[in-house]
Amino acid sequence: MLGRLISYAIGGVFVLTLLVAAFAPREAVVEDPNHALHKYPMKISWAQDGVFGTFDRAQLQRGFQVYKEVCAACHGLERIAFRNLVDIGFSEPEVKAIAKAYEVASIDDKTGEASTRPAVASDYFPSPYPNEVAARAANNNALPPDLSLITKARQGGKDYLHSLLVGYGQPPAGHEVPEGLYYNPYFANINIAMPPPLASAGQVTYAEGQPEPTIDQMSRDVSAFLDWAAEPKAETRKRTGVAVMIFLLILTGLSYLAYRRVWAELKSRGAH
Amino acid sequence: MSFPWAKHYEPSHPFMKWVDSRLPLPRLVYNSIGAGYPVPKNINYWWNFGVLSGFALVVQIITGIVLAMHYSANTLVAFDSVEHIMRNVNGGWMMRYLHANGASFFFIVVYIHIFRGLYYGSYKPPREVVWMLGLVVFLLMMATAFMGYVLPWGQMSFWGATVITNLFSAIPVVGNTIVSWLLGGFAVDNAALNRFFSLHYLLPFIIAGVVILKIWSLHIPGSSNPTGIEVKGPEDTIPFHPYFTAKDGFGLCVYLLLFFGVAFFLPNALGHADNYIPANPLSTPSHIVPEWYFWPFYAILRAFTVDFLFIPAKLWGVLAMFSAILLLFFLPWLDRSPVRSSNYRPTMKWLFVLLIVDVIILGWCGGAPAEEPYVRISQIASAYYFLHFLVLMPLVSVIERPLPLPNSITEAVLKGKDRDGAPIGMAQATNATISATPAE
Repeated sequence: MLGRLISYAIGGVFVLTLLVAAFAPREAVVEDPNHALHKYPMKISWAQDGVFGTFDRAQLQRGFQVYKEVCAACHGLERIAFRNLVDIGFSEPEVKAIAKAYEVASIDDKTGEASTRPAVASDYFPSPYPNEVAARAANNNALPPDLSLITKARQGGKDYLHSLLVGYGQPPAGHEVPEGLYYNPYFANINIAMPPPLASAGQVTYAEGQPEPTIDQMSRDVSAFLDWAAEPKAETRKRTGVAVMIFLLILTGLSYLAYRRVWAELKSRGAH
Repeated sequence: MSFPWAKHYEPSHPFMKWVDSRLPLPRLVYNSIGAGYPVPKNINYWWNFGVLSGFALVVQIITGIVLAMHYSANTLVAFDSVEHIMRNVNGGWMMRYLHANGASFFFIVVYIHIFRGLYYGSYKPPREVVWMLGLVVFLLMMATAFMGYVLPWGQMSFWGATVITNLFSAIPVVGNTIVSWLLGGFAVDNAALNRFFSLHYLLPFIIAGVVILKIWSLHIPGSSNPTGIEVKGPEDTIPFHPYFTAKDGFGLCVYLLLFFGVAFFLPNALGHADNYIPANPLSTPSHIVPEWYFWPFYAILRAFTVDFLFIPAKLWGVLAMFSAILLLFFLPWLDRSPVRSSNYRPTMKWLFVLLIVDVIILGWCGGAPAEEPYVRISQIASAYYFLHFLVLMPLVSVIERPLPLPNSITEAVLKGKDRDGAPIGMAQATNATISATPAE
């Protein structure tokens, strides 16, 4: 009996405290005017979507071209090595040629002085700025994030990325965009420090036989490429997953039959 | 331990005889999870989740040991070493996704296991110690999962760790000292990451030890069952092996289908995008949330928003959050009803449904930003949580009039068959061990 009273008392105190809090008047919430302008990412269909979807290699190569010629001016891709580009359909000589065009940090093997050398396939993409201070200094105090994981590190992934790249526009009447920022309703803060990176069709020249490099097309291509870069093993993962599921479905069927077989004797006797 | 009619281990092979007479390990296994453990024959699929929890623990330990071979617990390289596992280690992506999603599935099966215990009154005498050891496992799991989530050293790792360890600063007088002592510094940094890794590696083995104690204590009274009445004789039980090894084997396959389905095709669905951003002590995420399995408790923590009775809101939140779990240790005494199974408790059955709805609402609020209407909803839902366990449960257990109980498990089973129109088949029951005659 005493135990029950203690229990009622403790429960009562918690409930009372919570009800006081629940009925306490709330401070008036100041609506953030940007909140109404914010848009959720567009739903885009991608070659790599779904259980059986695979990356479109030609699209990834076009996307790499967009990254190299546009994004790489400010954004690093530090978790991707040149050798990884074999995965998106480049041959080894092509990869070596791509790598050679980049200079990476090194030391002079005679003097030990800091120097640079042409990259080889096992090197990682060099970042455009030596450090964060330099990156901020060059970008109006904004830090361009490394893009290696960008589609995994943002809600909405590649859909968000594409929406953001094509989402720049004129601000609605009454919305003041601060100096040095740009209006983009897909960005969480509405005003983004990145200038529109894809400004005009044909900004990148695609090879013969590839689609027209419209802003929309370039944006889709680079988003697909960065989606690959965020998880180069995604195709392997899904392929393994399909094999695992087929194996498990068979095993589940067999284990169900085994279970029925083992229990059949019991059930036939009506004891269960 | 176990029932007098339990089968005895009789090794036939000379080698097994030789082993058994020197180290009776095969006998122990036989008596624990083999044919030597008689189990009520009426237990349903909800009794599969204990085995599934044990399996989930083993998966976490194996994948975790492999990950630890490639992971580096240093703030400078921790994030990079995880990406190294994802990109360069053979099969590393699989180990990491199985480990990360394995934690979520471990909690799913353990939550179902706990709610099964709540519905069928498995915490009641004589199984109080089984229940309490289970809660110890649950607390250790929460600590392990929390520290494991810090290891990738992403934004949510860092800020989640900062928020949770700061809770201890709510303790009067010594709070801040305790926080510094826990972290090995004034903020979450390398010292904290290192000790979290060490403890994250240690605790699963302690969990395994407590699980062994739990199975040991379970085997004294034997498993409970959906009727909640005790086993009365040999006709009420069947051996664990082969009957429940076969049934649990099927359940395990279904579990694996779901687990692997998520781990291979939606591996990041249960995680947070911000944790793919390296930890940055200078940039706070717009809203900090723990992993989904902590959301109900996180909602209770945040529901206390006013200072009341000279206790600051933060301390109320911390007290309430720990109380929400610790009160479960007292259930065997809070619930006075002699009837275990809610199948025979018309009021408790509905309170159970309300509790599940309440916990789901709490989870939903815990994952949402700390703004209206979520705060007010979580306050009402938290109040109901405490009302349920501390007021309604003791009260109802005294005033409720339970339905009549069957005389035995066998009678309940046969009656169930009868209702379904299936043949009772009593005449065929020639084997004494499954005789349909009640033991009394």
